[in-house]
This record gives sequence, structure tokens and C-alpha cells, in this order.
Amino acid sequence: MTEQDLRRHILDIIHRVAPEADLSALGPEQDLRETLDIDSFDFLTIVIAINDKLQVNIPESDYRQVSTLAGIMQYLSHLTAASKGK
Amino acid sequence: MPSLGADMEAGTLVEWKIKPGDRVKRGDIVAEVETEKSEIDVEIFATGIVHELLVQPGDKVPVGTVLATIREDHEEPAAVTPAPARLRISPLAKKLAAELGVDATRIRGTGPEGAITREDVEKAAPAPKIQPAPRPDFQAGMRRAVAAAMSRSNREIPHYYLETHIDMQLSLDWLARENLNRPVKDRLLPAALLLRAVVHALHVVPELNGYWIDDHLEIKPSVNIGFAIALRQGGLITPAILDANEKSLDQLMHSLSDLISRARQGGLRSSELSEGTITVSNLGDLGVEAVYGVIYPPQVALVGFGRVQERPWASAGMLGVRPVLAATLAGDHRATDGRQGAQFLEALDRFLQEPEKL
Repeated sequence: MTEQDLRRHILDIIHRVAPEADLSALGPEQDLRETLDIDSFDFLTIVIAINDKLQVNIPESDYRQVSTLAGIMQYLSHLTAASKGK
Repeated sequence: MPSLGADMEAGTLVEWKIKPGDRVKRGDIVAEVETEKSEIDVEIFATGIVHELLVQPGDKVPVGTVLATIREDHEEPAAVTPAPARLRISPLAKKLAAELGVDATRIRGTGPEGAITREDVEKAAPAPKIQPAPRPDFQAGMRRAVAAAMSRSNREIPHYYLETHIDMQLSLDWLARENLNRPVKDRLLPAALLLRAVVHALHVVPELNGYWIDDHLEIKPSVNIGFAIALRQGGLITPAILDANEKSLDQLMHSLSDLISRARQGGLRSSELSEGTITVSNLGDLGVEAVYGVIYPPQVALVGFGRVQERPWASAGMLGVRPVLAATLAGDHRATDGRQGAQFLEALDRFLQEPEKL
């Protein structure tokens, strides 16, 4: 999966959870919850959707690493790279 | 027209889900009604056969208006009261579709599980795109509804407030361990644990679970927790998790997820808006330290939760840093006094120190 594909998948997931949010205004380093006004339920829904779509289990202890779009991209890219390296 | 909350004076019938001659049973969804806050699936509270529909879609009628008559099986007319596959569409999108003259049943939704979103409606709108202006109306309606209920509350209910700070270390540690062993979709949110603790604490002080009606307290055997949910288009709605006292922690989490999803996408049931026996307002996600709520009449209590934040915490002569939650109780002084309120908060704290038992 290319980085562009990954980004598209993530934005699609966020859009499904928060359809009213203006994703074009979301900067890569902006906090998702603050910028998009999503709560802990929405965030869990995003984590579940990532698990369903990309088969990646993000443990709660890693939530801080995936609090921004860039953070999610980096987190998932690392995992993808690690699985390729095995 | 059922009353779907103390703030509701009238409702607009959007759609019938039944027709004369249909057999219905208690709990069936028979109509969709629009209030100033949301669109609601109306359930029927009797079993029988639909005799006559008395109100037409689009009609706005006062609370208490007879919408339809039903008759019992094998009997002549006419008991009183107010579905095929439901259209998954957010209240905002539905309102927009109506304003733009778009037939929502012909739109292919791109939202969760095919739900129709605002964008879908805008794309389906006829060419010279009318600039939608539903938000001010919706917001105005929402504000009017909240204003009516809260004004009544402040006018009629002598509130008292209590606050306590709860060390959440044991609860959060237990949740972290528990979630580590669960599939992602089965993870528990702290809110579910708090709701379960509220249910347990209400067993200790049942006087906080009920209604103040005709100058006396009616304690309710079922705990129906109204849970304040922020809507994306603005405002709050407080549908209830019905029979929360009969639900396990996992079932409460499932009910909570289901309720939040339906509050935001449409599909709340009338009973969920009219049968709450106590309200929980959890504004921790919004960063507030503590919540001093206004009781939703005829209920007699509101439990508020702020955010969990690290604080210096002295215990057994030692000073440490703990995740601390400010829990508040707004009580109706006609129904209970501060002693009972204090017992409730003390019990809440105690249960949250033994999360494995919740």
C-alpha cells in the first residue's frame, strides 16, 4: 500500500466517523480530537475501523502516538515496514 | 403525540411506519416524529390492530394529540395511542433534503453502513444549488427546547450540589489490563465503568432514581440513565440507556455505543427520550474539571463527571500523583437532602475502588 493509499484510507475512516468535519482544514500535526471535535467514543470508533480495514491493532498505550494524522501515518507505516522486513 | 421530554410542546409527524389493518405489538416502531432536537422513532405501547391514522405526515400537532387509534384483536374499535426498513440518514441530512426538495429514498448513502450524509444530499440536489441554511433554524430550535426545559428546571427545582474527588488509579489500571486482552471492538471506555458505578450507587441510594410528580417522589425500580450526548450539528440530547440496572459492564458499553451512534445518525426511540430516571453528564472529553448540571424534570438528580486529571493526592500520610475525577451530584432538595447525596457520592467512590466487582 502506498503512502497515498494509506492516507486516503485513514481520511476515509475519519470521515465516516465524523462526517461533518472539514478534513481539508486538518493539518498533519493537529490533534484530531481537538481539531475535529471528536470524543473518546469517536476515537475508539476510528481505532476499531483501522483494525477492521488495515488489520492493525493499536493498543491503548499507543493512543498518544496516533493523536494526529501524521502520527497515525507514521505508526501504520512503521508497522507495515516491520511486517515486510520479517 | 408522545412527550419526548419536558421541553417538548409539539412535534411534526414525518412518516407513518404502519397502515390501517396492520397488527402491532408493544415496542414496535409505528411512526417517525420530528422534534426541535431530533427525529425520533415512536414506539407503540399497546398491542392490537391499527384502526385509523388521524394525523398526516407533515402535520405539526401538540403533545397529547391522538395520532392513531388501534383496536385489540377480535374487538371493535378503539383504543388510543400512537416498520419497514428504515432509511439511514442523519437528522441534519434529512432536514437538508427536505429543504432542497431532494427525495432521500433515492440517494445512495456513503456514510457508515450506507447512511446518507449531508454531502450526499448536497450532491443529489438539483443543479442550481440552493444555498442551504438549516443550521440557524436547527440551532434556534435546539436552543428553544433546551431553554424551555432548563428554565422550568430552575424555576421549579430547588437544586443542591455536592462534589467529591475520586482517585481513578485502580479503575484505570483495571481498564487498561482488561482492554489489553480484548479485541479492539470489545474495548471498554471509562464512561461505561462510570455508568456501572452509578447503577451500583443507586442501589445504595434509590431515592435519586425517580420522578418528582404531584408533590411526591416516585422512586423507579428500573434505572434508565439519560446520557448527555453532544450532537455534531450542535447542542446536546439525553437519550436513556433503559434498564441499565439489568445490564453487565459489557452490555452497558454496547448500549452506550449504540445510543451515541443512533443519537448522531438518527434512529432514537421515543422511550429512550421519555423514560430517563436520572441523567449522567460526562463532559470530561471537553476538558472541563467538574460539571454542575441542571436537573431534567421530572427527574430528581443529575450526576456530573469532569475530566480525569493528574493531581497531587495525599493518602496514608504519603503524597503522590493520581488520576483524579471530579464527580458531582445535582439533587432536587424536594426529593432528597444532602445526606443522601453524600451517601451516593461516597458509594460511587467506593465502587470505583473495586472495579473488578463492577
